[in-house]
Amino acid sequence: MTSKQKGWKEIPIAGVCWTPTTEYLTGDWRTFKPVPDLQKCNKCLLCYVYCPDGAIEWKREAEKIEFNYNYCKGCGICANECRQEAIKMVRE
Amino acid sequence: MTVVKQKLLALSGDEAVAYAVKQSDVDVVAAYPITPQTIIVEKFSEYVHNGEVDTEFICVESEHSALTACLAAAATGARTFTASASAGLALMHEILYVTSGCRAPVVMTIVNRALSAPINIHCDHADSMVERDASWIQIYVENSQEAYDSTIQAFKIAEHPDILLPAMVMLDAFFLSHTLESVNVLLDATVREFVGTRKIPLVRSHEGKLVPFKLDPKNPVTMGPLDLYDYYFEHKKQQEEAMQRALQTIKQVHDEYGEISGRRYGNGLIDPYRLEDADIAAICVGSTAGTTKVVVDQLRAKGVKAGLLRLRTYRPFPSQDLREALENVKAIAVMDRSNSFGAYGGPIFHEVRHVLYDAPTRPQVVNYIYGLGGRDMPQALIHEIYKDLQKIVKTKRVEKPVQFIGVRE
Repeated sequence: MTSKQKGWKEIPIAGVCWTPTTEYLTGDWRTFKPVPDLQKCNKCLLCYVYCPDGAIEWKREAEKIEFNYNYCKGCGICANECRQEAIKMVRE
Repeated sequence: MTVVKQKLLALSGDEAVAYAVKQSDVDVVAAYPITPQTIIVEKFSEYVHNGEVDTEFICVESEHSALTACLAAAATGARTFTASASAGLALMHEILYVTSGCRAPVVMTIVNRALSAPINIHCDHADSMVERDASWIQIYVENSQEAYDSTIQAFKIAEHPDILLPAMVMLDAFFLSHTLESVNVLLDATVREFVGTRKIPLVRSHEGKLVPFKLDPKNPVTMGPLDLYDYYFEHKKQQEEAMQRALQTIKQVHDEYGEISGRRYGNGLIDPYRLEDADIAAICVGSTAGTTKVVVDQLRAKGVKAGLLRLRTYRPFPSQDLREALENVKAIAVMDRSNSFGAYGGPIFHEVRHVLYDAPTRPQVVNYIYGLGGRDMPQALIHEIYKDLQKIVKTKRVEKPVQFIGVRE
């Protein structure tokens, strides 16, 4: 867990979220980590479209993709979809 | 406050419930018909058709959907009602927990009916007893008058900002649901004022703001999301605390209602009858209490110190009140209109005996399973129970701690 855990008197009832879900870092669920080879990447952004967690960002200035490892759960869909075979899944 | 003006109507138990719902300014009703609850929904749909209420009436394809619709409506801040029985309630089982977990104060009438198989439409309490752990308030009524009164009270208890738990009010199939009775009803305006509008407390949202605890696009909140070993336990503890607080709220709402209606049922939790100096007593829920009172009067006329404790609220369980009311009774018979197969007695017996374990006097407590599938419970059988109790007091011995009564060998 990433935040200090609260007691039952402090939290809202009914499971109402008191922080945005972005504070819940799910990246530590990962077993395999996607590592891009930017030389092979043709910037088609299929990986960006397919990522179920929105964990791939397109950096406009640098013109490259970047993984947000705070949320990437390592599902490997990006590596599977990449036509250039530019993403490798590496064991953590 | 003084007792207000009322009207005397001839109503069946089901009609009395429908009338109470009609007066309680309910926003949404979603229900699926099942005998013996049908008349509640039929009668209420007439009110909707005739324009006597402005309730949104949703016809659904199952009880599972009925409760889901009520839960969703309640989550938006609406006052909601549904009714069911037997297999219908069993089909709602999953959503009972979702409703209480989302702290949605849905009010539901259960017309107690046996569970299949063999198929049976008559009264026993198996359907609601099995839902005792679902974090719903449970009130069992003795007659149609109390069904009317308790339905109105249930909205105020469930919606109380300190409670926010769903509530079910139970009445006995056919004995009450389909039997005409003289019922005193309050005037529409009196009920409206009593139940008021639903008060919505504030919660801290994910945006860090204090917002009303309801689904509202203007102030979005998330209810009942994924909750693992990190917080689920804390949320269940909150529900338990709300249940314990409800003991006080039920009494308080019952008192306020008593002030205006002139009608009280014990203290709202337990309803003792000639119990103060009793040596022997029976405990039951529902309409059997009426017959038992007649038997108690007959025994008292003969000088037998007999009494009755009718349990009105089963969840939350009024442990302290029950212990105080019973600790000086020598022998107690718990009457269960349902059986927990393979257990040591019926569900009410478990709890009553368990509570009395802490009483220094430790009275003898025995159990009678009776009336399954609507089998009649006549005075003669209740006399047998009191006769057994007299024998236990005299011999200080219990021969059969748990037995079926009224079943053929």
